[in-house]
Amino acid sequence: MSQSEHKDYAGDKLGMWLFLFTEVLLFGGMFLLYAVYLARYPQEFVVGGHQLDVVLGAVNTVVLLTSSLLAAMAVSAIQRNDRRLAILLLAGTVLCAVTFMVIKYLEWSAKIRHGIFPGSPQLAAGPPGESVFFSLYYLTTGIHGLHVLIGATLLTWVALKVKRNAVHSGDFVLLENSALYWHLVDLIWIFIFPLYYLML
Amino acid sequence: MTSNTAEHHVVSYRKLTFVWLALLVLTALTVGVTRFDLGGYKVLGALSIASLKSGLVIAFFMHMKYEGRLLRWLLFVALVTLAVFIGFTFFDVLYR
Repeated sequence: MSQSEHKDYAGDKLGMWLFLFTEVLLFGGMFLLYAVYLARYPQEFVVGGHQLDVVLGAVNTVVLLTSSLLAAMAVSAIQRNDRRLAILLLAGTVLCAVTFMVIKYLEWSAKIRHGIFPGSPQLAAGPPGESVFFSLYYLTTGIHGLHVLIGATLLTWVALKVKRNAVHSGDFVLLENSALYWHLVDLIWIFIFPLYYLML
Repeated sequence: MTSNTAEHHVVSYRKLTFVWLALLVLTALTVGVTRFDLGGYKVLGALSIASLKSGLVIAFFMHMKYEGRLLRWLLFVALVTLAVFIGFTFFDVLYR
């Protein structure tokens, strides 16, 4: 190909940020539901919240904060064209993602084993506010978990591109944008943690 | 033409690590503050600290501190939109 590819670093990043704003509104909608139903069922939300494990939630918070550190470092690494380090840091980020999902699995499976899941007979027999709380919990952490999986897959794909030198210090916006997506996943959890695990 | 400084500005591993440490401290603080029965202040405290944490993530991890006016302005617009979205809903919900 004789003509060089048209690159638009600023445009690429702008597009990513605009997409992230739509994600903020997506999760914002779920937080809005939480706020409205907390106002309507304050006691039931407290009862529901106390059934979540603060330790596991806190560990997952630290896991995601660390994963964000590693992803941000990966961007700095690729800017310095330290591709090997960038790949290691991305691997670390994905490892954190896997850890997060394992802990999330432990939390969900424990709840389901105790008969707490959307539409369960146990919840149906209890106060409506508790059903609402757990529906919101599963909805929010579920969609968040989906984003963790998507982000981890994306970062793995980018790491492979770094390995092939398709992403390097001269053209790394793909890595930077994927890291931005990952930070959003962290940001959402920064709010999920106090809302569901701490303040009730 | 948009400036290219954002593309070339590299955030040092040291600075990123300090931000991470600050985030860990703030996390511990959130957990600590919410162990006490402070009523409505629990909510205010927890969400204020969460906002501070997210500010750090956006500014340093997501590089916003080093970005140009357009991105920062758009972020502001997005946050105001969210605030209106939630706030105005409560104009209705609170008076039902």
